[in-house]
Amino acid sequence: MLKALSVRAQQGRQFIPDPRSGRPEGLRGLPVLTAGECASCRACMAACPTSAIAVDPLQIDLARCVFCNECVVVCPDDRVRFTPEPSMASTRASGLLVRAGSSVEPIVPDEVFRRHFGRSLRLRQVSAGGCNACELELNAAANVNFDMQRYGIDWVASPRHADALVLTGPLTQQMAAAVRLGWDAMPEPRFLVAVGACAISGGLYADGDAIDRSFLSEVGPALFVPGCPPHPLTFLRGLLDFLGIA
Amino acid sequence: MIQAQRFERIPERTVDDWRGRVEGALRARVHLLSLFGRRDGDEVLVTALLQRDDGAVEVERARVAALGYASLTPQFPALHIFERELHEQTGLSIHGHPWCRPVRFEGAARGSHDRHPFHVVAGKEVHEVAVGPIHAGVIEPGAFRFMCLGETVHHLEICLGYQHRGVEALLLRRDVRSLGPLVESVAGDTSVGHAWAYSAAIEALTGQPASPNESLRRAILLEFERVGMHLATLAGVAADVGFLQGAATFGRLRTTVINTIQRLCGSRFGRGAIRPGSTRATLDGFAGTGPTTGLSLPEVHANLTLVERDLQTVEDLFTSARTVRHRLEGVGSVSPALAEAIGLVGPVARAAAAHRDLRVRGPAAYDPPVGLATRSEGDCWGRTLVRLDELQHSLTWLRSAFERAPHWTTSRVSIGALTPSALVVALVEGLRGEIVHALETDGDGRLVHYKVQDPSLRNWLGLALAVRDNEISDFPICNKTFDLSYCGNDL
Repeated sequence: MLKALSVRAQQGRQFIPDPRSGRPEGLRGLPVLTAGECASCRACMAACPTSAIAVDPLQIDLARCVFCNECVVVCPDDRVRFTPEPSMASTRASGLLVRAGSSVEPIVPDEVFRRHFGRSLRLRQVSAGGCNACELELNAAANVNFDMQRYGIDWVASPRHADALVLTGPLTQQMAAAVRLGWDAMPEPRFLVAVGACAISGGLYADGDAIDRSFLSEVGPALFVPGCPPHPLTFLRGLLDFLGIA
Repeated sequence: MIQAQRFERIPERTVDDWRGRVEGALRARVHLLSLFGRRDGDEVLVTALLQRDDGAVEVERARVAALGYASLTPQFPALHIFERELHEQTGLSIHGHPWCRPVRFEGAARGSHDRHPFHVVAGKEVHEVAVGPIHAGVIEPGAFRFMCLGETVHHLEICLGYQHRGVEALLLRRDVRSLGPLVESVAGDTSVGHAWAYSAAIEALTGQPASPNESLRRAILLEFERVGMHLATLAGVAADVGFLQGAATFGRLRTTVINTIQRLCGSRFGRGAIRPGSTRATLDGFAGTGPTTGLSLPEVHANLTLVERDLQTVEDLFTSARTVRHRLEGVGSVSPALAEAIGLVGPVARAAAAHRDLRVRGPAAYDPPVGLATRSEGDCWGRTLVRLDELQHSLTWLRSAFERAPHWTTSRVSIGALTPSALVVALVEGLRGEIVHALETDGDGRLVHYKVQDPSLRNWLGLALAVRDNEISDFPICNKTFDLSYCGNDL
């Protein structure tokens, strides 16, 4: 009993009081680009492993960016900078384009989903080629620190009980049928969330020949959560904004 | 701190000669690190990597015609997974292999999961339980087929490959110097381990090895990764036995650890930190990412103190709780003899009396030294205690390592051309055991083969055998205490 009490005493209060605000120290999050003319070096484009960056004008597509920092390292003019800002989810894949002076398109809350799920949302996660980094961060969203259950959001074991499918990984051919089965098992209304560069665009595996993304072209995600992996706060804030949870 | 060995002019032996040499070594209980092959015209070059007692790696290579060769697995079961992979990747016939099942359904077998003939046990009392590929949790996919007699598991077949995304093919398609992000996604929870093996391999191929101080900083990142993931595993074990206080506390301690990694390098998974020729992690904020994060040495020590202190309290509660011991003791046992025979590696092998740890002995041994954690139980309890012991050793080591390396700056060396016609083998003791990266160049210095081996590849069979004669309801804790990587196996 005493042992349990001392563990409890040391535990204290671990939850982040307001997950809606704050920037995790040190995080390589939302990039900010500096306006100006590029030299003709194109070094960032050569260094980018997913062709996420382009010049004239300088832009980064967070649908593809894996936040590896290679562009920052090679840029002679320091025009790219990653900030600790975790909020960067969007309701459109094309809204994930970051330019000098413009950032990710804000999330458009969905009125129908807000009415249904604004106070209780059940999520089923399926990894289809994910490397377990996204999966660990999604699990972390439900730990004692991020505590997404405080908003009535939680993971469930069966797609039958789920309101949304949270997809990670580039969608391997060998998971294509299972992902489809999982989606078909879900009752309506339902929506799809694409988490991580792999799920949004194929990421590092976009040109792999063991990938089958046809499911995504049939069922469009309602929410895109960029990152590699996305920080738990990126995921949580994306959901809160999408469902209009204050 | 790291072992990356380069080989040139590797003799190509005849199959008989090669077999004799490999058999002789294995009979003398030399450790087999890996066995793999690549097509070369109509033939297949089969390479065995053996590690002598002093830690030196030896390469034995044969040129094998498509007809194949007689399997070594019946004599040395630890080779079963390598010969299966060899067959799957090159089409080579492995005659007399007792269990030549797909490893990940790549190549010709791709997409044939639905037709996979699971091993069937006949009898009126037998019932099958099929689980997966989608599991009941936030976890990667894989299909498990249990053959049960009542509630008791008689046999489990694990069918993987759902995560196969073609990593090895992509590694050859891109610029060899910028494979970092791809390598980090071989197994995302082992980003640092794989990135270090890759970087050390490239540095060995270009003849630009990292300085001891740089290797020490990489090892610090690796130990943080180990501590973070061991805590995640323990949180899972605690949750699976219904010990929620343990789950909550191990989980939040992991947060402290991975947030420390993030402040060192910008990512909670150590991503982007280790690259060929550079280690982009600093103690005083890092270049190019805007305002410095200013993580100071006293803060690192304060975090380590907090984790050490709270870990000790929760460990005491967790390991002395009778409910925990009752659930874990004697469940999912792998005997030391079985663990050795099937070639288990890492903490699950050390939980069954193995003393193998690349960080402790041999060319990659740490300086300052790190303690060895080993148990003899071989069950869920032993695997849990080994991780707890490894946590202590790593935390203690981190303190002394930081004393040795108090100043961190981002180093950068421009990477030169790769040595032509060379094979490099890089070994890292990752959180699940030995990570093997083998890279080979052709006569023009271009990469012709990149073999990635995550330790999970060798350990999945251990899980399948551990649950035999156990209650099927004990499978989750067996699975959790093995804590294997699906994507690391599936590539």
